[in-house]
This record gives sequence, structure tokens and C-alpha cells, in this order.
Amino acid sequence: MSDTTIIQLFVFMLAGFVGIQTIHRIPPLLHTPLMAATNAISGISLVAALVLAGSGEGWLAGLLGAIAVACATANIVGGFLITDRMLAMFNRRPNPKNGATP
Amino acid sequence: MTHTIIQLAYLGAALLFISALRALGHPDTARRGMQFAAFGMAVAVAATLLDARIVSWQWIVAGLIVGTVAGYPLGMHIKMTAMPQRIALSHAFGALAASLVGIGEYAHGLVHGTLTSFQTASLGFEVLFGSLTVTGSLMAFGKLQEILPGRPLLFRGQNWLNLGLIVLAAAALVAEIVTPGHPLVFGSMAVLAALVGVLFVLPIGGADMPVVVSLLNSYAGLAAVATGFALDNTILIVVGALDGLSGFILSMAMSRAMNRSFANVLFGAFGAAPTVDAAAAG
Repeated sequence: MSDTTIIQLFVFMLAGFVGIQTIHRIPPLLHTPLMAATNAISGISLVAALVLAGSGEGWLAGLLGAIAVACATANIVGGFLITDRMLAMFNRRPNPKNGATP
Repeated sequence: MTHTIIQLAYLGAALLFISALRALGHPDTARRGMQFAAFGMAVAVAATLLDARIVSWQWIVAGLIVGTVAGYPLGMHIKMTAMPQRIALSHAFGALAASLVGIGEYAHGLVHGTLTSFQTASLGFEVLFGSLTVTGSLMAFGKLQEILPGRPLLFRGQNWLNLGLIVLAAAALVAEIVTPGHPLVFGSMAVLAALVGVLFVLPIGGADMPVVVSLLNSYAGLAAVATGFALDNTILIVVGALDGLSGFILSMAMSRAMNRSFANVLFGAFGAAPTVDAAAAG
């Protein structure tokens, strides 16, 4: 294994730890929005799909890449739109409550 | 120079994604968190488009247009009550993208004869997690959408069959790592993983499905990590790890919120199978 790979393993370990820590003790109310948001985030494989689709390695790589780009884009666009809709819905709930208490 | 710009942009995107996850954990800041994540994604994609490996644009543009057109109704015209199945379907898309990239990169390495054991291992994990997530998510979608029966489907020896298939898929992966360059072995590994995805979701009932959907999200993240190792791409490793581990923790938190043990949700078939048989007999 090269030095780069070792450093990447460190990056993986630390990022994973951050992932665990940030989600720790999240209120159940936010479970579904978080699931929708991380679903959109998992569309990061678009980055790899772009490189494959644009590699100019013939039509097979191009076609596979284009399908991958389309799938990942649909995942990202749909995921963020629906998370936003969901959060907009229950952002309304605390506001009237805050408005009513004072 | 371009390389440095790309890497620095990735660094900024990683920071945005981490802040996003943190903000998503509190009701007041959740929406801002989502905007951070969307912005981070835009930065990562824009930086990637500068990559020197990208030489042709027609496939990229076609894919982006089709994806946006398909993704918009998936986000805007779906009822809130249909949320879990929509997320499951979206997972299937994301994981399919990861699997196709894995297969494409494998084919590329095969043609050019550049496959190393390490790269094969990364691509193998990517396709393994990817195809498992595709079929598992489609099963979850089918059950939640009530295309398939929502009740748990159980049969004798189910867990042993699953275990056997996982062992076979792992053996294929190991064989491919030891001597890279056998497309048949690589392909059968992908098919085995896809089968495991179907069988893994089969015994899980509709009510427990959100936990499974979140776990599949975690697998999609791990597939992205494997892609990152194969392509030497740090943002994929960082974001995949964030997604993979937070998805795992989230699925445990969700089963706790339902007063179920995590193992019970996933491997409930162990204890449940005889009961169902008895009920069917009586």
C-alpha cells in the first residue's frame, strides 16, 4: 500500500468518527429529514460518475457514465427538494408556538 | 495548479458537509444544514468538472439533463406520507450510479491491463455494496408501496441461506483480489450481492422498513468510500464515510425509538420463523 492509501485510510477513519459524533443523540423528530438529507448526500457518487462519463473512453464507458450521472443527479435533486419540503413543513410548527408564548 | 484548486474546493466542500450534518441534528438549524449540504454538493461537482480526466462533454450533459428532469418530480410531486418509499427508490438510483461506475472503471482497467489488487478490492467493495443496495432498496420500495406483500416473508433456513450467499460473494471478491482480471468472477460477485439484497429485505416487515432504508443508506455511503479509494478521490471518502457511519448510527437510533433491538429488526427471522410455521400449521 502506498503512503497516499494510508493517509486516505486515516481520512476515512476520522470522517467516520465525525459522522458518528454529529448524529449522536439526534431527536426522533429529525430522523426522517436526516434520512432524506443523507440520502441526497450519498449522491456524491456523481463526482465519480462525471469522471467516467467524460473520460472519452468510447461509447460503453460514456453510456455507463451517462446513466450513472443521471441516476446520481436524480438522487441529489430529488433528495434535496424533498428534504427542503419536509423541513419547511415542520419549521412552521415551532414558529406559531414561539409567537404564542410571549 | 488546477489540481490544487480542485483539492482545496474539495476541502471546502467537506467542511460544508460536516457543518451540514451538525446543523441537521437540531430542529432550529436543520433547514440551514440542508442548504449547507446542497451548497457543498454544488462545490464538489463544480470542482470535479475542472478535472483533467474529463475530455468529452456530451455524455455528461445528457446525464445531467435526464437526471434533473427525473429528479424534480421525485422531489416535488410526492406525498409526504409516501416518504419512506421515495427515499428507498432514491437509494436505488444512487446505488445504481455507484455500481455502474464500479463496473465501468473495472472494464476500463481490464481493457488497459492496469488493474491492481488494491484497485480491484476497492472496485469490488463498491460493486458489492452498490448492487446489494440497489436490489435491497427496490425490495423496500416494493414493500412500502405495497406492490409486494408488506408482511415478512419467511422460510426455513433463511438466515443460513443469506449467510451462505454472503460467504460465496466474499469468496469471489477474495479470488478476484488475489488474481485480478476475471470479469466472470467479478460479475458473479455482483449478481450474488444483488441476490443477498433481495433476500435480506424479504423477511423484514413494513413497519421496520425505515430502519432498513437507513441501513441501506449507510451501505450506499460505504460504496462511495470504496469508489473514493479506487479513484484516489478524497471527497468521496470523506462524504461516503460521513454518510455511511451516520446512516448506521441513525438506523440504530431509529430502532431504539421504536423500542426494538437493532439485531431483532435485522435478524428477526431467526426467532420468528418457527412461530409463523406453527401459525400456518394451526
